[in-house]
Amino acid sequence: MTYTQMILVLLNGFKVTVWVTLISTVMGGIFSFAFGIGKMSRFWPVRIISDGYIEIFRGTSLLVQLFWLFYALPLLGVSLSPMSAGIWALSLNIGAYGAEVVRGAILAVDTGQYEAAKALNFTPSRTLWKVLIPQAVVEMMPPFGNLVVQNMKDSALVSLITLSDLTFKAQTIRNETLQTVPIYVITLLLYFLLALVLTGIMKWLERILTTASGREGVR
Amino acid sequence: MLFNIPWNLSSNWTFAWSILPILLIGLEVTIKATIFGFLLALILGLPLALLRAVPFRIISWPTAVLIEFIRDTPLLVQVYFVYYVLPDYGLIFSAFLTGTIALGIQYSAYTAEVYRAGLEAIPQGQWEAAKALSLQTRRIYRDIVIPQAIPRIVPAMGNYLISIIKDTPILSAVTVLEVLNVAKIIGDRTFRYLIPLSMVGGLFLILTVISSVLVRYIERRLPKEGIPLK
Repeated sequence: MTYTQMILVLLNGFKVTVWVTLISTVMGGIFSFAFGIGKMSRFWPVRIISDGYIEIFRGTSLLVQLFWLFYALPLLGVSLSPMSAGIWALSLNIGAYGAEVVRGAILAVDTGQYEAAKALNFTPSRTLWKVLIPQAVVEMMPPFGNLVVQNMKDSALVSLITLSDLTFKAQTIRNETLQTVPIYVITLLLYFLLALVLTGIMKWLERILTTASGREGVR
Repeated sequence: MLFNIPWNLSSNWTFAWSILPILLIGLEVTIKATIFGFLLALILGLPLALLRAVPFRIISWPTAVLIEFIRDTPLLVQVYFVYYVLPDYGLIFSAFLTGTIALGIQYSAYTAEVYRAGLEAIPQGQWEAAKALSLQTRRIYRDIVIPQAIPRIVPAMGNYLISIIKDTPILSAVTVLEVLNVAKIIGDRTFRYLIPLSMVGGLFLILTVISSVLVRYIERRLPKEGIPLK
């Protein structure tokens, strides 16, 4: 197999890796906010659900979660395709880590801000969305950047539930050609490249949010 | 039957009870892989951190790129790489050893950063004071810098230990019979995935909770001012 053929096959898998990473990162971001805020809720059932979710998904291994969704869940009557099982497992897992980031950043906002909002008779949701989150979101960006790369790396695990991502393609053509070294070097480089691009995007977002929060403040 | 231990399919509870000893055999492999992988990461991280801190850019820059490269690529691919490439060069290890080597390599990139941050956190005045007393470099490290760096390094290392526990199931991809692989095999043979896989989730939860309690305990017990090496 020539290097060009090799790269073309690997790029096919790379597309799946990029797709899975992007979707699960966005979904993970939504879970992060939902459960991170949920853990600080005034209503105890919401707190307990959020806390349980965070502890279970942070306390067990991602591969266990992936296998559970793919092999065990059908026995409870819910069958997921490899693609959706992969995306659900990745986003639920990264969302649990993100939830702690969101909570930490909101709690780190100066208490004076919270007291001022209360003194101005803001409702709790207005305080949260107009005062606390706009300031906290800048603090969330560096840890979120790490989580995005972590999620990208974790996406390689979906190859173990037969989804043909980059790692899966690398395994397939290795079994056919036995040209182990070039295949895995190219694969590793593609992952590294993706990580650099994702890090760049997150840095860019961080800069935009920093200027935006500085200029506008609270309206 | 696995490891000569039969399972009992008559009811869900008896099934769960009968496969528990089989899963515990797998759990032992998980724990061993975690400990060896962690020790390897602690050892490999040190030279990486030192090379990274060398004042010559010809050495420090490639090391920085290497650390970033190891950090930014998936453990699974690194496991495959070690598993398939090393035998080509005549280095034939067991699947278990290959897996722990890959774990050690991946996490050495993280421990290297911990060592670096730990050393950089020592106030500059400490260095200056030691130099003013004209202590030898070796003594500055042994008696002043390292004792103060340890309490800063240990908590971060503890967190990576917990991460390694959760990454060991990846070794199942190269046939290591750790706890998840064992559960998967039981599932494949009985077509009952729900119970073994849920039990593995529970076992991991117990393992991570115990180890995080342990790490927090050690963290609290550490004297903040430093640990003398003598």
